[in-house]
Amino acid sequence: MSESFKPADPARRGALKTLAGAAAGAASLPLWARYAGAQSAEPIRIGFQMHATGIGAAYGRWYDRTTRAATSLINEAGGINGRPVEIVTEDDGTDPKRGAEVVEKFANQHNCDVGYGTLFSHVVMGSAPRAGELKMPYFVVSEGHHVASGALNRWTVQPGICDVKSQVLAMAPFVSQTLGKKVTMIFPDYAFGHDHRDFFSEAMAANGGEVIAKLAIPPTETSFTKYFPKIPRETEVIYHVMVGPAVLTFVKEMGEFFGPSRPEIFGFIDSLEAVDLSSPGLEFLEGTYFWEGMPRYAQPDQTPYDAHYRAAVGVDETGASVNDPKDVSTYAHMFGCWETLYVIKAGMEAAGYQGPADRQKLIEAVEAMTDMPHSNEHPQGAKRFNGKTHQVFGPQYISKLEGGRLDVIHTASLEETFYPDEVDYTARSF
Amino acid sequence: MDFGPYLLLASLEGAVTAAVLALMAAGLSLVFGVMRVVNVAHGEFYMLGAVLAWVVASAVGGGPVLGFVAALVVAPLLVGALAAAADVTVLKRLDYDPERTIVATIGLLYILQQLTLMGYGPEARPVAPPFNARLALPWVEWGDAGPQLYWPWGLSITSYKLFVIGAAVAVLAGLWLFMTRTRVGLVMRATQLDGEMAQAFGIPVERVYAGVFGLGAALAALAGVLIVPIQQAHYLMGGEALLLSFIVVIIGGLGSLAGTVIAAVLIGMSDGIISVFFSPTLAKIIATLLVAFVLVFRPRGLMGKAAR
Amino acid sequence: MTGRGREIALHGGLVALLAVLAFVLPAYHHGNVARVMVLAVYAMGYNLAFGYTGLLSLGHAMFFAAGMYGMGLPAYHLGLGAGLSFVAGLAAAAGLALAVGVLALRTAGVAFMIVTLMFSQAAYLTILLFGTYTRGDEGLVLTRASRVLAGVDLSDPMARYVAALGLFAVALFFTLWLVRQPEGRVLVAIRENEERAELLGYNVFRHKLAAIVLSGTMSGAAGAAYGLLFGYVGASFAEVQYSIFPLLWVLLGGAGTVIGPFLGTLFMFYLIDLSADITSAYMLIAGLALVLLTLFAPQGLGGEIRRRWAGWLP
Repeated sequence: MSESFKPADPARRGALKTLAGAAAGAASLPLWARYAGAQSAEPIRIGFQMHATGIGAAYGRWYDRTTRAATSLINEAGGINGRPVEIVTEDDGTDPKRGAEVVEKFANQHNCDVGYGTLFSHVVMGSAPRAGELKMPYFVVSEGHHVASGALNRWTVQPGICDVKSQVLAMAPFVSQTLGKKVTMIFPDYAFGHDHRDFFSEAMAANGGEVIAKLAIPPTETSFTKYFPKIPRETEVIYHVMVGPAVLTFVKEMGEFFGPSRPEIFGFIDSLEAVDLSSPGLEFLEGTYFWEGMPRYAQPDQTPYDAHYRAAVGVDETGASVNDPKDVSTYAHMFGCWETLYVIKAGMEAAGYQGPADRQKLIEAVEAMTDMPHSNEHPQGAKRFNGKTHQVFGPQYISKLEGGRLDVIHTASLEETFYPDEVDYTARSF
Repeated sequence: MDFGPYLLLASLEGAVTAAVLALMAAGLSLVFGVMRVVNVAHGEFYMLGAVLAWVVASAVGGGPVLGFVAALVVAPLLVGALAAAADVTVLKRLDYDPERTIVATIGLLYILQQLTLMGYGPEARPVAPPFNARLALPWVEWGDAGPQLYWPWGLSITSYKLFVIGAAVAVLAGLWLFMTRTRVGLVMRATQLDGEMAQAFGIPVERVYAGVFGLGAALAALAGVLIVPIQQAHYLMGGEALLLSFIVVIIGGLGSLAGTVIAAVLIGMSDGIISVFFSPTLAKIIATLLVAFVLVFRPRGLMGKAAR
Repeated sequence: MTGRGREIALHGGLVALLAVLAFVLPAYHHGNVARVMVLAVYAMGYNLAFGYTGLLSLGHAMFFAAGMYGMGLPAYHLGLGAGLSFVAGLAAAAGLALAVGVLALRTAGVAFMIVTLMFSQAAYLTILLFGTYTRGDEGLVLTRASRVLAGVDLSDPMARYVAALGLFAVALFFTLWLVRQPEGRVLVAIRENEERAELLGYNVFRHKLAAIVLSGTMSGAAGAAYGLLFGYVGASFAEVQYSIFPLLWVLLGGAGTVIGPFLGTLFMFYLIDLSADITSAYMLIAGLALVLLTLFAPQGLGGEIRRRWAGWLP
């Protein structure tokens, strides 16, 4: 608990520390020389839209830690274009209205170069129109399909995390071939849940399977047992993707409902991000399968990139904070922050970015990106960016929960996550 | 699942919801009935009860039973004391003006949420139940050879959920005895009927108010402790609970403890049972409208007396 | 100056000041004030029901959302122009307010609070239920093209500000006019003593219904304008906290004053925004401020002005 007694938003302090670090760095010769070599030693300011309060706060905390870790590494290595990076954090309360206000604050008050870091899709949808009107590059880390669906604008990109559509498409072959053909889906009655429902139903049909029941749970629900009898008896696989603080209850009650005889269960780890898998009530999940954006537990064949990333963020082998084993990270999502920051860096370097006047060049430079090799900058895996849809694609992992830990048993390749373009943002005006 | 067993299962789940709701709403009803103020922060007292249950259970150690029992004692006491302090320092100075109390308790809600977020964090954390056996339930079916018992797929409840129902009934019975059979209860009811008259008769109204506010909060906290092994402690859990218990109090009829309990059962059960017939979100809409229409056609609530 | 003159000078002065500010304010605050003016229309709409007629609703988010979706759905799916879709938003809010009013006004006091609260919850869930058209919580982003009113692109900062100011001025002067009409006085009489108003021969139900419809329509106008000006229509605006906000703004600014809702909205916006600059625990500051304000400014900001300096404030 010592960790959590710090202010809820250590980012602001982090930003100060980053600045202080930059100042200290400026005193030592090599860094000083590098910054002085740039046309301006003014920091590059990245506005970080953080879910510090509201329903997304558990994610926001780890998005913040990842952001700070990547930023301090980038600064140690000389910053971007010879300038230090400063993170300007604003809490959006996980609310679309406040999100839009925060974007305005970044652009007009803090003079940020770019906005970055939003997770919840309704906040992205509420904020992106303002980012477009203010002509500020807006890098979201949301896994929503909003960017690639064409609903947003030329200024909004998602280069660090795959969208829900490609995640879901890549899962269907495994589910139908390994677990069973008849699937019941349980998901929140949110747009995000509907995306799962629609894309997965389609993909299962294409893989010779069938979704036989779809249970959309209202978002404020806190007790679930009453819905489980709607699961058809012939169900072979349950597919669950729940979000919010009630997910533990959901899993626990599902276990109590089925007792000893359960079907196969496949879930998105979103249901249990930031949750300790040894929590009471989760014993039931032993032997079930999970999608993971990035494996929470260090795997036997761990890459040096994962080790580097894990150590920098301060996450141990089991995916918990090195300071507190009960403080479990949102490991399957937060890599997106790390990778997005490195994309911003690469984009600014390619565009020769000097200041807000070069924002358009930055977007064009990002649109020109294609392959991103598996590396310290992209620890989750090798990726491909689609400049037309502003969306990145990458490998997906399926893990089995055994002996209280998640071990990867299947990796869906990059190609399995592709789908036809739905938009060409490069044809739209700035 | 067959219709009969499904209905039984949904009713049992509804009963658990109703039990927790009744406890929480009884606290709110007391505050509302005696002091005539809307306490927007009531849900936060419920949340604090759940969060403190986690804190106490983690600090005590020595198995889930000991931790849970300690939480059951400590959390309501602490929360009750906190609420009484808030009453003396803030609400009293507002003269219990209904509108100003709303703003002040919204302020209190912000403060409590932010402090919990800073001290406890944004995660949902579980507390291990003291016992939690899964009890499969039988169902009767008339076959060729007369009635037959069988165990339908999925029809079960846990021993802890049964305990929650029992505990709520016991606490509510205790509360009723306290209000009707003790001197303090009598004083509270006198204050409820006419505060000025009570004061004239030498009843220390200020102390009664602080006591009522504390007792109401303690009941909410108790509900929080009871629910936390089923749900989890989370800093935003108070909002939904506040709305539901507020609804229960008004549907039941102001100041009627019996009405509050009946309304809690009605709302908890209808939420469970309606979910049998419709898709989940539609069921929620129908249940919500149904309850609203109870009030539209019976504006004083189920057991409400004529307005004074 | 006569009372009438002072009134017009004060409110006209406020609108004139806001008009001047359009050219003076730095970009960030320029955007904020535009936003606050739209939200203040919502608060003024709420004030008609609560401040003047004494109807404490906990469900006004449904009217705000009815305006927003009544505008947004035809604009998004049918490509309706900004003007027509705004009118559609007004109609949706007015229709909903009429239906809710007829039912909810059978109750009074706390029961009215709960009935409006529950209708509003049902409205929120209905938006989710029809996720195919509304995209549920995620909501819809309106295209630039659907936000052009009479050839003016409302996404342009100055156009947005002027549009917000126009709506604000209309709502402000309408309220001012209304409360000086016999109708407005009847509403206040109902707030002060419903039985006496009834005895004097007023059809209390009909007047209250009129207040709810006007209040709901004004709230819906704010919702429709908010969607048009900021390009986003989402279910979070129908959640319960958006029913609590106007109550809070009105109480902070001073219930039953014309200018109070604006003051309260402005105050609350900058309370959050500025305290977030000082500390990450800004909710703590906001909470303390609310508690202190109720202790030391019992009638709200506008009420305090009226008490101390300007007893004539309408």
